[in-house]
Amino acid sequence: MNMMAETTTEPKQGQTMSDPAIKMMGKNVTVHYGTKQALFDVNLPIRQNTVTALIGPSGCGKSTFLRCLNRMNDTIDNCRVGGEITLDGQDIYDPSIDVVELRARVGMVFQKPNPFPKSIYENVAYGPRIHGLARNKAELDQIVETSLMKAGLWNEVKDRLNEAGTGLSGGQQQRLCIARAVAVSPEVILMDEPCSALDPIATAKVEELIHELRLNFTIVIVTHSMQQAARVSQRTAMFHLGNLVEENDTDKIFTNPDESRTQDYIMGRFG
Amino acid sequence: MSAAISQVQTVDWHSPAIEARRKSRYAAEARLKAYGLIAIVFALGFLAILIGSLIYSGHKAFVQTVASVEIDLSAAGVDKAKIADANWKGIVKQALLDLGDAKSLPKREQKKYLDIFTDSAAYLVRDAVIADPSRLEGKSTFVIPLSDPFDQLAKGEVSRQTPEAQRRVSDKDIAAFDALVAKGVIAKPFNWGLLFNADSRFPELAGLAGAISGSFWSIVVCFAISFPVGIAAAIYLEEFAPKNRWTDLIEININNLAAVPSVVFGLLGLAVFLGWFGLPRSAPLVGGLVLALMTLPTLIIVTRVSLKAVPGSIREAALGIGASKHEAIFHHILPLAMPTVMTGTIISLARALGETAPLLLIGMNAFMTSAAHGIFDASTALPTQIYIWSDSPERGFVARTSAAILVLLAFLVLMNGIAIFLRQRFERRW
Amino acid sequence: MASSHIYSAFDEELKFLARRISEMGGLAEQMVSESVQALVTSNTALAQKVISDDATLDAAEREVGDKAVIIIARRQPVAADLREIMGSIRIAADLERVGDLGKNTAKRVIAVQAQGVPRKLARGLEHLSELALMQLKEVLDVYTTRSAEKAKSIRERDEEIDAMYTSIFRELLTYMMEDPRNITPCTHLLFCAKNIERIGDHATNIAETIYYMATGAQPEGDRPKDDTANTVTASVTE
Repeated sequence: MNMMAETTTEPKQGQTMSDPAIKMMGKNVTVHYGTKQALFDVNLPIRQNTVTALIGPSGCGKSTFLRCLNRMNDTIDNCRVGGEITLDGQDIYDPSIDVVELRARVGMVFQKPNPFPKSIYENVAYGPRIHGLARNKAELDQIVETSLMKAGLWNEVKDRLNEAGTGLSGGQQQRLCIARAVAVSPEVILMDEPCSALDPIATAKVEELIHELRLNFTIVIVTHSMQQAARVSQRTAMFHLGNLVEENDTDKIFTNPDESRTQDYIMGRFG
Repeated sequence: MSAAISQVQTVDWHSPAIEARRKSRYAAEARLKAYGLIAIVFALGFLAILIGSLIYSGHKAFVQTVASVEIDLSAAGVDKAKIADANWKGIVKQALLDLGDAKSLPKREQKKYLDIFTDSAAYLVRDAVIADPSRLEGKSTFVIPLSDPFDQLAKGEVSRQTPEAQRRVSDKDIAAFDALVAKGVIAKPFNWGLLFNADSRFPELAGLAGAISGSFWSIVVCFAISFPVGIAAAIYLEEFAPKNRWTDLIEININNLAAVPSVVFGLLGLAVFLGWFGLPRSAPLVGGLVLALMTLPTLIIVTRVSLKAVPGSIREAALGIGASKHEAIFHHILPLAMPTVMTGTIISLARALGETAPLLLIGMNAFMTSAAHGIFDASTALPTQIYIWSDSPERGFVARTSAAILVLLAFLVLMNGIAIFLRQRFERRW
Repeated sequence: MASSHIYSAFDEELKFLARRISEMGGLAEQMVSESVQALVTSNTALAQKVISDDATLDAAEREVGDKAVIIIARRQPVAADLREIMGSIRIAADLERVGDLGKNTAKRVIAVQAQGVPRKLARGLEHLSELALMQLKEVLDVYTTRSAEKAKSIRERDEEIDAMYTSIFRELLTYMMEDPRNITPCTHLLFCAKNIERIGDHATNIAETIYYMATGAQPEGDRPKDDTANTVTASVTE
């Protein structure tokens, strides 16, 4: 009877011999909106097949950092990004990087479910279609089906693929958006407060989905809810006033954080 | 201090002061409602008066007094190969004289009698026969409109109580007309000529075909130019242009252009299109170009507003899965903005349809007796036609002016209806 | 735990706790039975094994505690989930105590070994430990089924052990009075008997915890007691 040798179901991060490989890395990332600096020298690794949660009070820069990871900040006129962000070791702000390809590799799910006002099928098929990922209709059908399955939505919508995506419930819409992102086979999925517009049950379903997606994708999630970060992530990064305060195992952050600012924030003692 | 905070203020919600205050607040609300209602009644009242007066004065132009005359063309000896060269004047004159048993009258009396019918009776008969040569065989009936004074008489516009010296028809004429009525050859059918005839100096023959075709071609040109240009400009300004001093300047100028009086665009068209480019005067092409210039600023503004109204989340969604900017615009944003853009376009075109001043300046008030068949044919437009008719001295044009306005209004209502339909049909999609 | 959570990982974590508790129960049971066996057969090797097993049990209890803290931090459990986790912590603590009692018994094997345990006494101790182990085993079975009724019935059966313990207590007193040389081993045996009796108390505690986990209410009324050893006196003049 040797029960200590038995492996636990949860891989214990921080105790395992080798941490997962680093998929993306922010090195001294700074962001300015006009003259206002929003991020100060953020150094943050994003590990492969890991859910990394970015938490912190409003305006702390967590969403800004997230949007740097697939250059969505490019669409904001006066936004300047400094430092270096790498994807598989390659600087994504390098002029040789094609932003269309980058956004296909680093997909994004937004705060408010934003399906296209088209059919469920078209929503999922759009990405593969513009990137030419399917050679024929059968392949496209296959991509749509597997994407919806990965998003845990297939059984709910398989009989009404031609109905409008906007006719689904909020939680289903958000999972449709996740399916849409998944359909392009990204390596990293960024999620910007994906559950803030959803009710608790829909939230739970999306969070469970995130937990499963981690096996195939690297996920970065911004959340206002510390509980959500605790539930879904393996690594947690705490931002405050544009600085990265602490980045560590989620278990560690939520039971014994190193930084007093992190502790105050997660305990609800922020002044 | 804590005592002050914890002190609970008790309010007597039924004290006279508070009740009076509440009452006055309700009264203010009731007054506001009443003002609004009065304003609506006022506006609707004027609209009703306008439409009512137009219908009152114009409804008679929708019918035309005509005489049916039977002519035996087989006896007239018309050469089938040269129908147009036959002596139609003589044939018709004889037929009309037979109709009123006026053959025995002296020449002067005969001429007066023939004035009952339109001057162009001979041409009408000729054209009808050319259109259907089988009518040369045996007897057939032709419908000849009465001339304006008798048309007015038939419609009761000319009162028989007026002293003879003060009216255009003498007692004798009335007697001749009454004789025709008694014979049962006079009728008042719907005036299709109003829509299908071109302009004429004779009110009984004048119609709007030329004006409608001119307006149609102008609007086609206007749409073909302003729609693509307007959308392209709006997309560039909204989606691609950097926000700097130059784009600000362009924006301000577009807004100003939308407020420029339309006559100025007419002058511009006169100077540029007719003067420099030497385009044909009075042509719908030039009219359309001028109207396009006029609608363009409005169209750009409408398109920009509707592009802006598309939720940013759709744009982000498209960009987020790696769509390029043009894919995001053409696959998602523009289709969503389209219903609004279409509505705006149709309303701008409706405004262009009713525009008079710039068309007058480029000569689209030509007197044309045939409909325009393309954008290079000189023609009039509906509003300019109304302007011309309202200036004409013949009594018959008074009613026709009102009738033309009603036709124009009908077209505007139709276009706005299409706009509303498009909005209802497509706009509730997200 | 009738239906599963939307969060499958949460279910996994709760299952992990439950499995770890069952394993702890099995080990504690084994330690107690082995310690009593070592005692009656004067088997010091077996006693050593029991002593070293206690470290494993202690580590398992700490692990359950750590895991429970992380689950509370990450899942913010409520209602049945919260009771489940709080119960797990309490049961783990009880089982760890049971292990300690077994270890304590094993330690006394060496002291008692010299004279051996009288046959009659050994049977009494064996019987007592059988009763206690049966109670522990049943309570662990109830833990897997979470039956509130069974938990309640187990709690009401502690009397039997108490009565048995009282009789062994009397017997030991008699031995000690018979021959003062018996005092040393009998004192040790007295502690051993007490240890085994305490195991019954811990089993009762666990039953109460299970009742709380299942119903959310504490069991009503005092637990039945028949431990009258505290009133037993030795009448020297016999």
